[in-house]
Amino acid sequence: MISQILFIALTIAAIAFFSFNLKKVIRNIKLGRPADRSDQPSKRLATMLKVAFGQTKMAVRPIPAALHFVVYVGFVIINIEVLEIMIDGIFGTHRIFGGLGSVYNFLIGGFEFLALGVWIACVIFLIRRNILKLKRFIARELTGWPKSDANYILFTEILLMTAFLLMNAADAKLQALGAHYYISAGSFPVSHFLQNLLPANDANLIAIERGCWWFHIIGILAFLNYLPYSKHFHILFAFPNTYFSNLEPKGEFTNMQSVTNEVKVMLDPSFAPPEAEAGRFGAKDVNDLTWVNLMNAYTCTECGRCTSVCPANITGKLLSPRKIMMDTRDRMEEVGKTLDKGGAGFDDGKSLIDDYITREEIWACTSCNACVEACPINIDPLAIITDLRRYAVMEESQAPSSISTMLGNIENNGAPWKYSPADRLNWAKEN
Amino acid sequence: MAEMIARGEEPEILFWVGCAGSYDERAQKTTRDICKILHHVGIKYAVLGTEESCTGDPAKRAGNEFLFQMQAMTNIEVLNGYNIKKIVTGCPHCFNTIKNEYPGLGGTYEVIHHTQLIQDLINEGKLKAEGGESFKGKKITYHDPCYLGRGNGIYEAPRKALEVLDAQLVEMKRCKSNGLCCGAGGAQMFKEPEKGNKDINIERIEEALETSPNIIAAGCPFCMTMLSDGVKMKDQNQNVQVLDIAEITARANGL
Repeated sequence: MISQILFIALTIAAIAFFSFNLKKVIRNIKLGRPADRSDQPSKRLATMLKVAFGQTKMAVRPIPAALHFVVYVGFVIINIEVLEIMIDGIFGTHRIFGGLGSVYNFLIGGFEFLALGVWIACVIFLIRRNILKLKRFIARELTGWPKSDANYILFTEILLMTAFLLMNAADAKLQALGAHYYISAGSFPVSHFLQNLLPANDANLIAIERGCWWFHIIGILAFLNYLPYSKHFHILFAFPNTYFSNLEPKGEFTNMQSVTNEVKVMLDPSFAPPEAEAGRFGAKDVNDLTWVNLMNAYTCTECGRCTSVCPANITGKLLSPRKIMMDTRDRMEEVGKTLDKGGAGFDDGKSLIDDYITREEIWACTSCNACVEACPINIDPLAIITDLRRYAVMEESQAPSSISTMLGNIENNGAPWKYSPADRLNWAKEN
Repeated sequence: MAEMIARGEEPEILFWVGCAGSYDERAQKTTRDICKILHHVGIKYAVLGTEESCTGDPAKRAGNEFLFQMQAMTNIEVLNGYNIKKIVTGCPHCFNTIKNEYPGLGGTYEVIHHTQLIQDLINEGKLKAEGGESFKGKKITYHDPCYLGRGNGIYEAPRKALEVLDAQLVEMKRCKSNGLCCGAGGAQMFKEPEKGNKDINIERIEEALETSPNIIAAGCPFCMTMLSDGVKMKDQNQNVQVLDIAEITARANGL
């Protein structure tokens, strides 16, 4: 009875704390400017099903795609087991679904294979990060916390799967010993091999079985609450992020409506622009970005596929699209935290540009869209880079001098180079 | 264009030449070859000549939305004034901007890139690869321009133009949606690169040279500049030619 109460209290506390933090994240995302992504719902749904559920964009790199798929399927399907754990925990039952007989045996057997698969995949992931040191996992933006974060997540998953398999092994051994309360249920094709590692007396076995049971469920609840503090939010945000992703051709940049109004007034003084909120042109800080950009930042799991295909990054420039997303998120978190305390918020003397993302980074971009194409969950770092450039150019008139020259040429003679418009047809004469 | 209107005629298609195609010496050759192809198949076309102005693409990518929209609206006024319906361009940047970014500002046209025009002409049987230079057995590798490929999903049209040549087509390791940028986009063409350990066009040309090609095919005047510079830097200009799809097509047909 005490354990049931404890279980219920823990679960409620975990869910409440998670909701509390999730609300803050959503509040932060809503600090962004509006963007209309309510069009074409069926196409959006299809994109989400294909890209997030189907993980089609992962396939470009088959090895991590296969490993990730095992972890993904394992995560989703083993959660059926969590349902049983929940019911058992609340009602003090044991293996409540055991009555399903052969179906149950099939399920538990399947979970065990998946758990083993997840275990192996996570070990390989750790090796790739820490021993093989794959290039995209050792970039400068990953030093310190992001590197530890990734390792903690992998360790936790390994521990959870270990606990799950040990729990089953102890349970099966208790079943074989005919222990009271341990009904005969489930098949244990994987944990079967762990049985010899376990002691043979009831009391120790029960301690191990109960210990692993509690560890498994507490681990899951803790993991849920770790999400808002980690890069691992993609397991939830991948779905809305792909649903609300850009459906237009990647080459198309948004036309800024605020600019359209001003340009129309300049070309036609009789034009009366609609009342618009005064705001900056481009983005100096995260609240100048749209909520889609900000959701992108929370969704990023720092896999670095974007950076590994970025021509600027490949050739040694400072720009890393992954860092753009991480900086955006870090700045949002910083502002959010001071807002929670009723503090400075955006008026802390800092901004996304300069304090997080440098000019050197934004001017190294070729706008080639390789990062956007590479992201397995349709994050768009280019949109943020463009908005930062817009701020630098339109609000501050601060661009590299050759860019200013180019802009001046377009303004004066309608071409990025200093040629006379009168010479535009000269190509036709020199044949 | 103005002359055609004065004669009371209307073109089937407007050829948007673009700044590079108008002023850049290398790109001018491509411009003339596109004209030769249009003439060869008997399409009635016009150019805006001195009435054409920058689409605003480099201004937009550089962050100057004001200048972009000024350019766009001025151009749209000219295009709509001539009642233009269909546009072909020799530049993926002009193509992308007019096709995708002009409609929101009042300029809606059917816009195609010259490689799409060539593909259509081949499919319709109006254009072949005969009567000119033979590319038989030559090794050709095609470099995808970002704003044609990833930007607008056009990967097959330029390859179609090469397939009819009976040449040996080889793909670079990074091609199509995974293609590596030449380094010119996003207004990089007009500035020095940031500090790094290599220029992007060198990275790209090394990859192209790995396929040991006779010809590197391009579909964009800016890629053309970057790739040609890269080939020169690698001292390969005696062995490897960088040619636009239009130039190759014109040569194959003896135009």
